[in-house]
Amino acid sequence: VETVLIPGVNSRKHQMCFDWGPGEMLVCETSFNKKEKSEMVPSCPFIYIIRKDVDVYSQVLRKLFNESHGIFVGLQRIEEELTGKSRKSQLVRVSKNYRSVIRACMEEMHQVAIAAKDPASGRQFSSQVSILSAMELIWNLCEILFIEVAPAGPLLLHLLDWVRLHVCEVDSLSADVLGSENPSKHESFWNLVTILVLQGRLDEARQMLSKEADTSPASVGMCRIMGELMRTMPILSPGNTQTLTELELKWQHWHEECERYLQDCTFASNPHLESLCKIMLGDEAALLEQKELLSNWYHFLVTRLLYSNPTVKPIDLQYYAQSSLDLFLGGESSPEPLDNILMAAFEFDIHQVIKECSIALSNWWFVAHLTDLLDHCKLLQSHNLYFGSNMREFLLLEYASGLFAHPSLWQLGVDYFDYCPELGRVSLELHIERIPLNTEQKALKVLRICEQRQMTEQVRSICKILAMKAVRNNRLGSALSWSIRAKDAAFATLVSDRFLRDYCERGCFSDLDLIDNLGPAMMLSDRLTFLGKYREFHRVYGEKRFADAASLLLSLMTSQIAPRSFWMTLLTDALPLLEQKQVIFSAEQTYELMQCLEDLTSGRPVHGGPDTQQCQDDDIETTKVEMLRLALARNLARAIIREGSLEGS
Amino acid sequence: MEEIYAKFVSQKISKTRWQPLPPGSLQTAETFATGSWDNEENYVSLWSIGDFGNLDSDGGFEGDHQLLCDIRHHGDIMDLQFFDQERIVTASSTGCVTVFLHHPNNQTLSVNQQWTTAHYHTGPGSPSYSSAPCTGIVCNNPEIVTVGEDGRINLFRADHKEAVRTIDNADSSTLHAVTFLRTPEILTVNSIGQLKIWDFRQQGNEPSQILSLTGDRVPLHCVDRHPNQQHVVATGGQDGMLSIWDVRQGTMPVSLLKAHEAEMWEVHFHPSNPDHLFTCLKMDPFVSFHQVKLFNELLTFLSHSISNQAHVHQSVISSWLSTDPAKDRIEITSLLPSRTLSVNSLDVLGPCLVCGTDAEAIYVTRHLFS
Repeated sequence: VETVLIPGVNSRKHQMCFDWGPGEMLVCETSFNKKEKSEMVPSCPFIYIIRKDVDVYSQVLRKLFNESHGIFVGLQRIEEELTGKSRKSQLVRVSKNYRSVIRACMEEMHQVAIAAKDPASGRQFSSQVSILSAMELIWNLCEILFIEVAPAGPLLLHLLDWVRLHVCEVDSLSADVLGSENPSKHESFWNLVTILVLQGRLDEARQMLSKEADTSPASVGMCRIMGELMRTMPILSPGNTQTLTELELKWQHWHEECERYLQDCTFASNPHLESLCKIMLGDEAALLEQKELLSNWYHFLVTRLLYSNPTVKPIDLQYYAQSSLDLFLGGESSPEPLDNILMAAFEFDIHQVIKECSIALSNWWFVAHLTDLLDHCKLLQSHNLYFGSNMREFLLLEYASGLFAHPSLWQLGVDYFDYCPELGRVSLELHIERIPLNTEQKALKVLRICEQRQMTEQVRSICKILAMKAVRNNRLGSALSWSIRAKDAAFATLVSDRFLRDYCERGCFSDLDLIDNLGPAMMLSDRLTFLGKYREFHRVYGEKRFADAASLLLSLMTSQIAPRSFWMTLLTDALPLLEQKQVIFSAEQTYELMQCLEDLTSGRPVHGGPDTQQCQDDDIETTKVEMLRLALARNLARAIIREGSLEGS
Repeated sequence: MEEIYAKFVSQKISKTRWQPLPPGSLQTAETFATGSWDNEENYVSLWSIGDFGNLDSDGGFEGDHQLLCDIRHHGDIMDLQFFDQERIVTASSTGCVTVFLHHPNNQTLSVNQQWTTAHYHTGPGSPSYSSAPCTGIVCNNPEIVTVGEDGRINLFRADHKEAVRTIDNADSSTLHAVTFLRTPEILTVNSIGQLKIWDFRQQGNEPSQILSLTGDRVPLHCVDRHPNQQHVVATGGQDGMLSIWDVRQGTMPVSLLKAHEAEMWEVHFHPSNPDHLFTCLKMDPFVSFHQVKLFNELLTFLSHSISNQAHVHQSVISSWLSTDPAKDRIEITSLLPSRTLSVNSLDVLGPCLVCGTDAEAIYVTRHLFS
């Protein structure tokens, strides 16, 4: 249970209210007062955002997220190619990749912890290092037991490696001792030898013993015997072809030999060597005496197995593990979460491992990736959770949602959603619409993600938002380009209307570079086509190609793509063409123009009323209509004459 | 591609640029600058790949790039250019253009000059002031030209407080990138697929020339000019199409290459080896970015014939302008392992290449042509 104090809020006097978000919580002060009458204005004017997952904001851990993302995506991709014998080795390789990423992160965090300026943050980084170390420890064990599925024999070798990797004081101790002038007289000499034996590094232990033999003639004989015992201990080496039974027999034989030497009191004069012999016989009491060197129960477990049952079978591990834990703790302390997780692993209870890890760790990263990998090993039964998806998917969804709460890491989250077959797409659709888009470049990336996944609804909605923003900022060209991308005809119509309105108000077109170069996009909406063609009319007129301009104008009106409100403008545009010296409109065309005019005037209701402005407008309208009628009539006359006479036909 | 060093840097990289070498220098590139984006706190950083005293067994330099210094930056870094050896100009998503100064003796960066309202939708005087992202920068000491989402072009001069020249509403859509043609002329590309040439000697607010692709108005994202031939430019578009243009002739591109499946974010001619062109884009399954190399026997022939003649009336035809890319050999090589997120930016100098990705990694190689 964590208590977080909100600065600035007097929690004794005022009540606070809160609301949950996807990864955060909003908190603010209310005006409800616990004791006295409620005040009108809360004294603290801020709204606070409380984030639960601080790991996402850690600089060093970000590298972990990014690198592991690459490994995750790679694993999903090669899934189809994973068949047969190579499958297991490929999965082991992926597991080792993940682990090396964790180790790299650990190393860097360690450097940061050392370089930290104030002790508090230094401690925080150090605790992060130990969390990462624990994660790697658990992952490594899972790799040995679940992915590698080491059988009896190799199992112990892997466990030895595991322990050697994680109890690393040996190397610094060894450097200390060997670096000194007289190693065998060093105070930690026997500690070093003991721990080498405990870790099964018998060759190195032998070398140390030979140094002791050199300096202390009295113990030469004993050292030689001990050295021989160490050398002859049967151990399964990777390329060895002997069967398990052979190994067991040999080992039994060797064990009895050690026993004999102990019974004969060969090492009685040197308590160190005697205790080493007992250790090598797997004597529990002797091992427990070395608690400090062992430092944890799983080291005790592995040493115990090495010297009492090296061909242990995987299913028997749990009994040894439980008893080792009990013996090591000795009733003085209770198991910690890490111990419980490891125990669950030894019991081959994968679900328990994942459950305990989820509880113990603050971030979903570990369980999500581990579960995904184990799922690829076909180890998880697909018992469905209550909302229908399986555990792997649940964890991946949780992890990816956490990524989306981060301003930058959302791009990683996209790929995780892609590989959740049941709810991934829906989750992505919901999340991707809510990413804040402050630049076009970011918007383009988001749109590309949507388009690649055929999320047309989201594409439309995002383009609409951007187009609306552009219209508000008077960037009509941008607005049009967004509506073209979304194939949004309705919005294209809206933008075209804006252009036309601007034209009516100003008498000229803005943004000619855009309208002149619409290209095939013109077909997106009728209004847009009209806009493009209308501009073309102006251009053609400007080039004095009057006949073409005339037919274009006519086609604009007769093809019904011109909005009705614009017809008057179009007809007015026809006036100069009608007034030209030569006859431009043919009789047929003039009839059509007249038809349009009649359509327009008949449709309008009569404006009555006392409004003077209205009357003035009416006057202007009537004048225009009259002028048009006159011009049309004159043109009709001239056209009929021209067409009727010999040259015109 | 051997010897690519990758480093995860905990920030999405939007731009990477090599620090220019002093003219006539024989060194190889050593320092580069990066800008980040999409973080709550963005940084401009300087990195070095120089010798730290580590030599590997071949006697070559070992190890990846190290951070020299960085400085906080308001807003995403949309573009970044080196103004000269020591000064870096950045374009921000807040519409601000900043000049940073690098102090080599104590390895720090500081703000040298800033134009905070370079790009905006509604002006600083009005109550509803809203800024617009600045999308592109090009420098030519002492001038800096910037373009933005507000369709505005600014001409700044270092150490001048106000803009020397501003072309408001130069474009009704977003201007994505800008480059110099000859010194008083610039070329911009916009989101409706047009290239516009502007001449600062002229007074008006109209472009002196407009070029565009026919067909769909595909937005153009990046542009680069051939280092030796000032009339040849390459543009990259939203559909991954790489176009080569000759601005002297016609309004159409000379050749088109379908290079990628998705947006091309940057295109660069190699500054000293212009037969090589580099592009980068968002990931597709097999390639992350290309090196497009054009061999042209015609060019070789021409250069021989020119040297044997006293007078040459025919201008040297750039190898890129030959019209049939299928006939002349174009080699396309992918230079990065796949599976990364979008490669946002790249820069080349000599045999060195640096690029930055959305997977928060920087890749450097020093052996581009081996």
